[in-house]
Amino acid sequence: MVEQVNFNHSAGVPIDERVLQAMEPYFRKFYGNPSSVHSAGQQSAKAIENARVQVSQLIAADSKDRIIFTSGATEANNLALQGFAYRHRRNGNHIIISQMEHLSIINTVKFLSKQGFEYNQVKVDQYGVIDTQALQKAITDQTIIISIQHGNKEVGTIQPIAKISKIANDAAIPLHVDAVASAGQIPIDVTKMGISMLSLSSNDLYGPKGVGALFTKRGISIQPILLGGGQEYGIRSGSENVAGIVGMGAAAEIAQQQLEKNATHLRGLRDNLIKGVLNKVDEAYLNGHPKNRLPNNANIRFAFIEGESITLHLSLHGFLVATSSACTSKTLAPSHCLLSMGVSEAEAHGALQLTLGRENTLNQVDRFIEVLPPIITKLRAMSPLSKDVPYDLFEDEEHDHEHSHEHD
Amino acid sequence: MYTQKVIEHFTTPRNMGEMEDADAIGKVGNPVCGDLIWIYIKVKDDVITDITFKTFGCAAAIATSSMITELTKGKTLKEAYQITRNDVAENLEGLPPIKMHCSNLAADGLHKAIEEYLEKTGRTIDDIK
Ligand code: FES
Repeated sequence: MVEQVNFNHSAGVPIDERVLQAMEPYFRKFYGNPSSVHSAGQQSAKAIENARVQVSQLIAADSKDRIIFTSGATEANNLALQGFAYRHRRNGNHIIISQMEHLSIINTVKFLSKQGFEYNQVKVDQYGVIDTQALQKAITDQTIIISIQHGNKEVGTIQPIAKISKIANDAAIPLHVDAVASAGQIPIDVTKMGISMLSLSSNDLYGPKGVGALFTKRGISIQPILLGGGQEYGIRSGSENVAGIVGMGAAAEIAQQQLEKNATHLRGLRDNLIKGVLNKVDEAYLNGHPKNRLPNNANIRFAFIEGESITLHLSLHGFLVATSSACTSKTLAPSHCLLSMGVSEAEAHGALQLTLGRENTLNQVDRFIEVLPPIITKLRAMSPLSKDVPYDLFEDEEHDHEHSHEHD
Repeated sequence: MYTQKVIEHFTTPRNMGEMEDADAIGKVGNPVCGDLIWIYIKVKDDVITDITFKTFGCAAAIATSSMITELTKGKTLKEAYQITRNDVAENLEGLPPIKMHCSNLAADGLHKAIEEYLEKTGRTIDDIK
């Protein structure tokens, strides 16, 4: 058996051993429902409050702000946008997001657009960086909320949140930030950065799956989208996932304590990986911003070949990676992020998403750089495309570009 | 998600590469995902004596290209024209449902190559039916 190397942390992260230990007592020993008055219940209630503090410290939230635990970042994003839009309907019906957002944002605003809301998707440049002038222009007197992600999981680009929040704050419009990919990787200070709401995912912090959180700044009111017993300040009903929340809290604390150390480690691996691959393979290009990118992300596209084929060959060598290729998406459409950045459909086919994690080593990166080039050569030998035979020769053949551009 | 057979054809594809003296080439694009297959054929007395492929596509596209060349070699034009995507998928011991469109592409490529050849020799598909 070849050693399995996970370069696909954007899809799943192994839970930290210390997190698992912190959670363990809350499955059997401390089983109480936090809503119960008895001691077992109160034990759980205290554990949740502790996790709230741990999570708020990761993003430098104030004790008067709220951390609302959810079932994950998708729910946090839904809650932020739907909850805010419904609550503030009388102030306007316009929402601004960017082209790079996660589908839990894009599909939520699409849904809201059927309920009488309208939205704009602000365009991005070739690196996936949001056009702040376009953002400024998109604001109308009907705009009630702006939602922009911090870091992009797929291509790694980090958005200039300080600039964006200045624009939002000058217009007195709250800013929601999807920080799923950036939290624990780069510092976040919601107060300094002028952020009103922020979404987090536990698994991306090396915590358990199925838990997330929405930060709401003091004074920001949202409407619940799940109704019931009034847990989580009445915003998110349902008996709390105590062990999961404890796990997310522990993960947040570790992520905060080790932030610099981990980021330095990851940046080292990432830069070696990018340099090594680009040096060894021609017609390979980095996607996303060359400098302002997440410490753990390398997204590289290879001309003339398709990503699922690369992925499958790599997995036969033990490397677990992801691709932005249309062939692996549920809708068979290419990544909406790459298309927004001006990458063509054919080019998007050959994009590999490499997302590193704490446990990866330089040795593994070196091995990857050895294993990859022959795979690329082999697949290119199979492809009818080359420098002399570009894809656009066939553009006029019966291609139907009518698919929706969503990719999970 | 793929059968052993698919993986095997994907990692060691048969009849892969360009054919310099091909009698006809079937070039098709996949309307679903945008991928491409080129099928090259050499024909003698209406028998496909040699066949190769080049593919820009997923593992299923590569494996189906490889399989269709295996199924076709030595067949008459008429027999080859009757090969369907189901024949390809069956011989690969199945394909995931979302990948059936890739086997379509291989079959389309073969059919196109045969049509091209017939056109060159002043015939249509009805002439060999
Ligand atoms: S050829 Fe694109 S999905 Fe198979």
